Amino acid sequence: MGVVSSKLGNLGVVTTTLDTAVNWARTGAMWPLLFGLACCAIEMMSTQASNYDMSRFGMELNRASPRQADLMIVAGRVTRKMAPVVRQLWDQMASPKYAIAMGDCASCGGVYNNYAVVQGVDEIIPVDVYIAGCPPRPEQLIHGILTLHESVRVQRLEEWVS
Amino acid sequence: MNVIRGFATTFKHVLEEPVTVQYPEEVKQFNVRYKGRHHLRRYDNGLEKCIGCALCAAACPADAIWVEAAENTDDERYSPGERYAKTYEINMLRCIFCGYCEDACPTQAIQLAHEFQLSFTDREDAIFTREMLLDPPPDGVPGTPQKVERGVFNRSIPDQEDPY
Repeated sequence: MGVVSSKLGNLGVVTTTLDTAVNWARTGAMWPLLFGLACCAIEMMSTQASNYDMSRFGMELNRASPRQADLMIVAGRVTRKMAPVVRQLWDQMASPKYAIAMGDCASCGGVYNNYAVVQGVDEIIPVDVYIAGCPPRPEQLIHGILTLHESVRVQRLEEWVS
Repeated sequence: MNVIRGFATTFKHVLEEPVTVQYPEEVKQFNVRYKGRHHLRRYDNGLEKCIGCALCAAACPADAIWVEAAENTDDERYSPGERYAKTYEINMLRCIFCGYCEDACPTQAIQLAHEFQLSFTDREDAIFTREMLLDPPPDGVPGTPQKVERGVFNRSIPDQEDPY
């Protein structure tokens, strides 16, 4: 039981409406972190450019500061040397925060099945959506973002508050 | 004068059509050779083309394919020839969509089609099994396993016309 629902007692309608409003706000302005690691970042840039225009989904611009970002798109392979940096950036982001593993390398290592590359970025941060593709097309990235939006839309507020 | 020339360029672009592809509503036509999700094809008689030789798994640079073959019999026939793929799994998160499997396949069973919407909330969901990859049998044709006449489907690899 979260704080909100225990304070409100049986007012389920109020909390449900609040859930919807909060989730609408979270999906409507989910600003990504300006953060690219490899070739997937090229496709991420292309997604933000005018041809695919990620700002249609409320991702107006990438924030260079992790304090102002809600979404981390791990675009590219994470080497063992880079892993502490990625983790630190993730820790610096303010909650609620989401992570997308974009492309094969971030999801599970991809072709780089070797000692130098982290086999899936979910070893260091909790990933919400994995996107297949090497690299994924802008359409695939947008599809992944919409998958994330769908999973955020069904979240309950009490899960966050408690 | 330069100012006018500069603004002329600006105003010329004001009148242009917007370039943005409205993706979820409108999907841009991909190139025909675009490599998306894999399909395991069937013959017109409903038998699977895949014979479980695992050449695709050998050719795969990312080790994304796992094939386990089993024996065909004429009472339970999945594909022409001796063996068929009992297990056929592709990890879509490992696959780099290079198409080497397509090139390696002796029966042209595996082909990369144009489905591209591959996002998963769980890594387990990314492993596509044989059932998910196989095309449905053509209309009015039974699927596999089929009971067939003895000694008809002895050859694994059919006589093919030259593709080039």
